Amino acid sequence: MNSVWQNIGRNIGMPLLASLFAIVIGGIIVAIIGFNPLVVYGSLVSGAFGNLYNLGSTLSGAVPLILIGLGIAIAFKAGLFNIGADGQYWVGAMASVWIGYHFTGMPGFPHILLALLGGMLAGGIWGGIVPGLAKAYLGAHEVITTMMMSYIGIFLVEYMIEEPHAPMRQPGFFPQSPQIATNTQLAPFLPLQVFQQSQLSVGLWIALAAAVVVWILLQRTTFGFQVRAVGFNQRASRYAGIRVPLYTVLTLGISGVFAGLAGGVQMLGVQYQLNDSFASQYGYTAIVVSLLARNNPFGCVIAGIFFAALNTGGQNMQQVSGVPASLTQVLTGLIIFFVAAERLIPMMRAWVRRRRPDARSHAADEGGTLA
Amino acid sequence: MTVLANPQLWAGTLSLAVPLAFPAIGGTFSERTGVVNIAMEGIMLVGAFFAVACSHWTGNPWLGLLAAMVAGGLVSWMFAWAAIRIAADQVVLGMAINFFGAGITAFLLNTIFGYNGTPTSTPALPMVTFPALANVPVLGWFFHQQSVLVYLMLLLVIVSHWFLFHTRLGLRMRAVGENPLAADTLGLNVWRLRYTGVIIGGVLSAIGGAYLSIGILNSFDVNMTDGRGYIALAAMIFGKWTPFGSFGAALLFGFASSLGNVLQGSNVPTDLIAMLPYALTILALAGLVGRSTAPAADGIPYLPNR
Repeated sequence: MNSVWQNIGRNIGMPLLASLFAIVIGGIIVAIIGFNPLVVYGSLVSGAFGNLYNLGSTLSGAVPLILIGLGIAIAFKAGLFNIGADGQYWVGAMASVWIGYHFTGMPGFPHILLALLGGMLAGGIWGGIVPGLAKAYLGAHEVITTMMMSYIGIFLVEYMIEEPHAPMRQPGFFPQSPQIATNTQLAPFLPLQVFQQSQLSVGLWIALAAAVVVWILLQRTTFGFQVRAVGFNQRASRYAGIRVPLYTVLTLGISGVFAGLAGGVQMLGVQYQLNDSFASQYGYTAIVVSLLARNNPFGCVIAGIFFAALNTGGQNMQQVSGVPASLTQVLTGLIIFFVAAERLIPMMRAWVRRRRPDARSHAADEGGTLA
Repeated sequence: MTVLANPQLWAGTLSLAVPLAFPAIGGTFSERTGVVNIAMEGIMLVGAFFAVACSHWTGNPWLGLLAAMVAGGLVSWMFAWAAIRIAADQVVLGMAINFFGAGITAFLLNTIFGYNGTPTSTPALPMVTFPALANVPVLGWFFHQQSVLVYLMLLLVIVSHWFLFHTRLGLRMRAVGENPLAADTLGLNVWRLRYTGVIIGGVLSAIGGAYLSIGILNSFDVNMTDGRGYIALAAMIFGKWTPFGSFGAALLFGFASSLGNVLQGSNVPTDLIAMLPYALTILALAGLVGRSTAPAADGIPYLPNR
């Protein structure tokens, strides 16, 4: 029982403490340039959660982060670093949009399903086929191949809409694709006007369901066990008869499936068409989401909401207090820094104990747990 | 084929290789000592910003370059401290530095210079054309109106190769990246050598960033590195963790980007050309250059039992 609590403390306490450190340092930075940190943070929080509309925007922004983060977490579990989720996201978005404005005779629900499946398939191919096979059979480092495929994917999507006669370009002045059929647009998260305005779609339900699916997949299936085994010790897994190359391809592919699903959900729920918004950087932020969540699927939900809140709240903060929204990116960096530097806490505790001679004997009692 | 006779293509190749080669070689120093460095992107941004800021304040672009190096050194020192002293996960740390670098430079740009950006009167580093080089046929195409940093890059490639593979300190740094325990047993200071590698990496990455802000322009833009730090990472691995290899990979990327620029406006879709370097990299990794193996202790913190 004790170890369970220690585990929970480590998995929730450390990220919380890291965030707290970052918020304090951010507050000091804000105070140095002459603002009241409480006012600044107040505007950040109210911008993210202050009313239903803001809450809707925050949760809407969290959906792609949660979905991509889940995919990256699966790859991390197998010891693979999928740094190219951005491209998988855009290729998935492209496939979903293409299906979304073709087959217009179909009824809504199967059409939505088909569009999302298309996005997942495209993302899965982008993550699994080239980086997966190259890693499994040729030893090419997945950090490079996923990133290279990411650039190729984004250029491919750009190509689809940018040139005057590009395959998916809608005639007209702006480089954009046709809109998806109206009946493929995702419904609001709850049937409320405010969620329609803030573009919070049933995509959030999809993201929450995906977190449950990933948790079951990783914790309750043989597949998940073998993924974790490969991530824990590749050589031992090979001796245990696990087909490591197959799992490499599969995990990178599934990782891409989630990024592709994120692209599909975003297109069907928020954007409805492809346009020149390729600088989303969801892929990089989602890496941080799964890092902060320590690859826990439910942690990904919380971390996704947290970073989306920093984003929407940051816009409000800039308007209300005049502090640039990029402060939230500084906070993000600091949070990750302190998450990585988890050993800092025991080190500081040990340092404090050394400074207090009367506590020395007490420290010696607990010395075993600190080392 | 007429494209290949276009001097702009080759001058562009060399010029576009600079912001990749500096951080790639910097990363080589870091990873050869055993510290995985994906923080180039963030450190480049920090370098780019402080180069412009100091160049503007002092009126001297060389002091701007110096400021970039100092700032890059300081940030990478923080990185090194967390990675070496408290054995933090180096990949996670690198991501942290990248976010921090992107955030702090955008933040400082807006709070110091306002939303209009850096002043247009900021002095930039000089462009140089050596007549001796410029008059050589073909080779002259490369060296038309290049920033001084281009020449510094060429020097750096040779010097860092010599340093890493032909000096005692270089040998020691590589030893620490391959087998820190053995190096420690022989009396080498593992931590200090790793600090050296990481900080050299940071300083070089910052020069790469400064090239973008005061080498070819005289302004700073939010996120102006545009993923070059990550491409430099690829160039370093592509180049098998060697200075010449990194430089070659940087040239390949430079060539492909330059080709895209030169072909702009022709019938060839530029987006498809732009894919070329990335596709080439995958092909090369998957077969042409064989397996690239990282230094054995790359990414593994060393904690001596004291």
